[in-house]
Amino acid sequence: MAVLNMEGLLREYLPILIFLALAIGISGAMFVASMVLANQRPDSEKLSAYECGFEAFDDARGRFDVRFYLVAILFIIFDLEVAFLFPWAISLGDIGVFGFWSMVMFLGILTIGFVYEWRKGALEWE
Amino acid sequence: MVEFLGIYVYPTLWTVFYIACIVGPLLGSVAYLTLAERKVIGWMQYRKGPNVVGPFGLLQPMADGLKLLLKETIIPSGANRIMFVAAPMVTFVLSLIAWAVIPFDSGLVLADINVGILYLFAISSLGVYGIIMAGWSSNSKYAFLGALRSAAQMVSYEVSMGFVIITVLLYVGSLNLSAIVEAQSGGFWNWHFFGLLFPMFVVFFISTLAETNRAPFDLPEAEAELVSGYNVEYSSMTFAMFFLGEYANMILMCGMTSLLFLGGWMSPFDFVPFTWVPGPIWFAVKIAFCLFVFLWIRATFPRYRYDQLMRLGWKVFLPLSLLWVVLIAGYVVYGGKAVGA
Repeated sequence: MAVLNMEGLLREYLPILIFLALAIGISGAMFVASMVLANQRPDSEKLSAYECGFEAFDDARGRFDVRFYLVAILFIIFDLEVAFLFPWAISLGDIGVFGFWSMVMFLGILTIGFVYEWRKGALEWE
Repeated sequence: MVEFLGIYVYPTLWTVFYIACIVGPLLGSVAYLTLAERKVIGWMQYRKGPNVVGPFGLLQPMADGLKLLLKETIIPSGANRIMFVAAPMVTFVLSLIAWAVIPFDSGLVLADINVGILYLFAISSLGVYGIIMAGWSSNSKYAFLGALRSAAQMVSYEVSMGFVIITVLLYVGSLNLSAIVEAQSGGFWNWHFFGLLFPMFVVFFISTLAETNRAPFDLPEAEAELVSGYNVEYSSMTFAMFFLGEYANMILMCGMTSLLFLGGWMSPFDFVPFTWVPGPIWFAVKIAFCLFVFLWIRATFPRYRYDQLMRLGWKVFLPLSLLWVVLIAGYVVYGGKAVGA
């Protein structure tokens, strides 16, 4: 039984795999076609990094604002929350009132964290 | 041998044909969406828009595409070559394969998987990778800053998009996109657009604008400060792939909006002259309308500041959509709405 289900599952996803292969093929073909058809005459000035006509001052991979990290961390928390909510939303009809209140508690705890972030100013960009 | 053909080869060929039927019109729509954008904004600003190449400028997208194809591909000397070339491909491929689960009519879908909406959500999340890869591998300051901004913006709005999708799921009780559309059958008053989910439609629509880096949230490519953001260093087909991917994503997001809130392929009235029109046409009309609103917004609103953008995402949309999840769940549990109907 499990084998049959697995096979059905694979058959459902096979078109996506074929689509993926074709899409990679199309994008590769576009890139190669342009490489072949167009004149390629690179020189060192042309290949230098663009910086409004200046010589590039230094490498671009330097320090950057820590708030971008903060946003990424907050995103992970809330996106995981969404991932938890998906199965809950589907089965809410079966788990009923008990399921509803358990999730309200879970969301309540996360909301406390959210309020804390807000009060601490983690969501400010000035 | 015959058996082998019947089991493996013909179904595969059929799938390839089906995929061609999706990708062909999609790329055509993308080409003409760029023309439509320039035309619509032109008319809104009392200009004519492109009208030289072909009648009404209709050959303009072909000319643009051909020009990009014949340009030199520049890979900056400081760049990480493999990642630099892979980034536009990632963007382009992701924008295409998302269409595998979109139902165009009842039963007219390439892969009718039962977690369709989850797949779409996952693929649109992966879109950030193409941008981050482009920004980092270019080794250019503008590209790097643009990519950072873009990534932060996309993940911020993805959270509220996730919550909005949850509210729709609570209403429908299925992750299958066809089931989500079927739940809205029987006339436009049954669409999720009308009723309790309307605020979520607004949140979702504005989030899709931010997710696709469109005006008024087009900070990643703010011409005045970042030249064009994460794709400054790109030229020729690598640039074209970003461009195509972005516009295909716009169409995809409008498709998602139509499926979740505007009844997908359903006709707005459940009686005769309207039900004669085939489903895919209704679906296309709804997508076209959403796209028109995208262009309209671009022609109308000034760009947001970055702090305003983040405030809107985290301090307005997130609490609002979280509250709405609880509200809708309460309505489903206590209001006696039949789940999975």
